[in-house]
Amino acid sequence: MLPILVVVIVFQVFVIQQPLPDILNLLVGTGMVILGLTFFIDGLEQGLFPIGETMAHAFARKGSIYWLLTFAFCLGFGTTVAEPALIAVAGEAAEIAAKGGVIGDTQDARSSYALGLRLTVAFSVGLAIVVGVLRIVRGWPIHYLIITGYSGVVMMTALAPAEIIGIAYDSGGVTTSTITVPLVTALGVGLASSIKGRNPMVDGFGLIAFASLTPMIFVMAYGMFV
Amino acid sequence: MDFIIDLGESLVRTTLDVLPIVAIIIGFQVLVIRKPIAHPKHILIGFLYVLIGIALFLKGLEMALFPLGELMAQQLTAPSFIQSANEGHTLSPGDYYWVYIFAASIGFATTLAEPSLFAVAIKAEEISGGAIHAKGLRLAVSIGVAFGLALGAYRIVTGTELYLYIITGYIVVMIQTIFAPKMIIGLAYDSGGVTTSTITVPLVTALGLGLASNVPGRNPVLDGFGLIAFASLFPIIAVLGYAQLSKWISQFNRHK
Repeated sequence: MLPILVVVIVFQVFVIQQPLPDILNLLVGTGMVILGLTFFIDGLEQGLFPIGETMAHAFARKGSIYWLLTFAFCLGFGTTVAEPALIAVAGEAAEIAAKGGVIGDTQDARSSYALGLRLTVAFSVGLAIVVGVLRIVRGWPIHYLIITGYSGVVMMTALAPAEIIGIAYDSGGVTTSTITVPLVTALGVGLASSIKGRNPMVDGFGLIAFASLTPMIFVMAYGMFV
Repeated sequence: MDFIIDLGESLVRTTLDVLPIVAIIIGFQVLVIRKPIAHPKHILIGFLYVLIGIALFLKGLEMALFPLGELMAQQLTAPSFIQSANEGHTLSPGDYYWVYIFAASIGFATTLAEPSLFAVAIKAEEISGGAIHAKGLRLAVSIGVAFGLALGAYRIVTGTELYLYIITGYIVVMIQTIFAPKMIIGLAYDSGGVTTSTITVPLVTALGLGLASNVPGRNPVLDGFGLIAFASLFPIIAVLGYAQLSKWISQFNRHK
């Protein structure tokens, strides 16, 4: 938090050359941010990491790949569909589509476009976690999958309408929330450490990478077909 | 009193966001795994801490940072500010240097405090047995975001196509992947996705929209987007580069 304060104060006082408004709010807010982070990290170690890992171990012991993949999909879909950042981005995208004449400029058309976009992104994140979990179980090297994904993004960029590209690229970054990240990381690492022949460091990470890649492809596809 | 109500609201909102996740976990735990959770009390308290932590964090940011940060993004991109800093000649992309510096420093500072990045960095340090330092990783990612945002702001000012930058970035990542130590690859890719959530997105959006609506010839709806894409791509390059660099240094030391 200290670096943020330094940046804000230096720019406000020296570059824009205006006094700081509301010093009290600034101080109280900073205190709350620090307290919040402390709670968050403590809760991470006590709650989110253990539950993600014990579930990964339980699924590995159960040996049912079908249930594991179903869980992976539900986790990806369920955490993304309600993500506030995604709701905001989907709303903006609908606005652009309405202005560009892609959809009718009515409230109904816009909200159904936004909902469709949210479902598309949530589906693509679910799919990403499924593919990522399958990769850990099978031990596929991550870079082949990522390179395939990148090629998909590049190809779709050539095909998709220009208005959607910026939003599609941004949607990759907004899907993974503060609670999803630790859970998904713990799931990946837990799986990789309970399956024989997998190294948690080499195989355990990468789920989030997929979850930020597939939305780009799917949002561009959505822009093409809707 | 208002303050406590606000905080309560923030807590309720966070809880609602978490509800689907809790439902999925409990559903699978009860119906599929069918085993009681070990230490349910610990886990419950952990979840509560996470909720309280995020609520406090967001409320604190709303009080301390967002209004000021958004205001600053607007002020720095306002034509009057840019002109007063560069009197007497027509504007060129270089004249927006304060914007680039601001984008880089706010990107660096906010990423350093990003909760998701904390989570991944802590896990990585734990798994690697200390070979990867949580602090070093967070620093590398922050540098990546800083560079990415500055470049992204430059792109909006010059109006170059977004995909040219992103595709070039992809090619760099692929080349780096070939040479990078295998251990770091998954982690590096992940670090691209975690950088942009709670803090960075609102500020970066304000900056992008401010720039796109003030630079002549830009359309805020079309050119205002894309900064987040930069902030998710460059950390990958930075982390891969950091790993490569430490590998070279250790090789060099061994040869001596």
